[in-house]
Amino acid sequence: MTLDITIYAFIAIGCFFNLMATIGLHRFPDFYTRLHAATKCSTFGSIFLVLAVIIHSLRAWVIEGLSSPQSVLSIHAFIALIALLVTNPTGAHAIARAGYRSGVKPVQAVIDDLEGKEYD
Amino acid sequence: MPFLVGLVSAFIFYLLLTTSSGNLFLWSKAELITGAIFALTVGAVTTKLAAEKGFRILTPMRWFLFFAYSVGPFFWAMAKANVDIVYRVITGRINPGIVKISPNLKTDIGLTLLANSITLTPGTLTVDVDEETNDLYIHWINVRKETLEKMPRDYRDICGTLPDWARRLAG
Repeated sequence: MTLDITIYAFIAIGCFFNLMATIGLHRFPDFYTRLHAATKCSTFGSIFLVLAVIIHSLRAWVIEGLSSPQSVLSIHAFIALIALLVTNPTGAHAIARAGYRSGVKPVQAVIDDLEGKEYD
Repeated sequence: MPFLVGLVSAFIFYLLLTTSSGNLFLWSKAELITGAIFALTVGAVTTKLAAEKGFRILTPMRWFLFFAYSVGPFFWAMAKANVDIVYRVITGRINPGIVKISPNLKTDIGLTLLANSITLTPGTLTVDVDEETNDLYIHWINVRKETLEKMPRDYRDICGTLPDWARRLAG
């Protein structure tokens, strides 16, 4: 029962942050700020969604015994979580770098240390 | 030694991916044999790479520190970051800019760790890296005026203690 509530709460938190990431994509003025919303919120939201999956399948694993096929679900979800945490910021970094090098400048910027730097 | 480390970690990873496939404890005979073949291949391929780069990151103490870092300061910073972003999404208050920091990290893996941590934590996003001096260029969503006054920027204003953690974890 408590576990059920935890699972629902995690799903709610995950959906909320993913929704905020989507709204952020609409409301922010330029490429970089949109990337902020898309990377941070979608990673954080997805962590909670995956945690909900892990808790659900771990409970089923404990109930059904050691050789239950639910073990696949929890372990795969955990590995997906690690992959997400590593690849999501790396992807955002690559997109930001590519964007800057193809000439997208930050809108409303008060400072730009990278301006005028020579690329090799 | 590098061969054994590569082999064992690849085999464990394969076993994790294929649990509950049969009745030899949790795995079937076919999966165990396939896993052994793949592990041997991976071990053979990674030997040269591992001998060059070394396994300093793989010592148990560092793993423990890394775990402590990811559930403690990192997760807390990430939670703050998300509340902050939600606030900015709703109110639309932003003051962006690109700043340069010098975290003084020596290894590639430390720099990668820091760049990824920075991207996921409050108001900052790594845009570019200077591979000669290991400086990071960071898009900062809410630039504070005080930080801009001195030229080697104080990274504590921008990303807190994350560079210190990266230095401790991967020098």
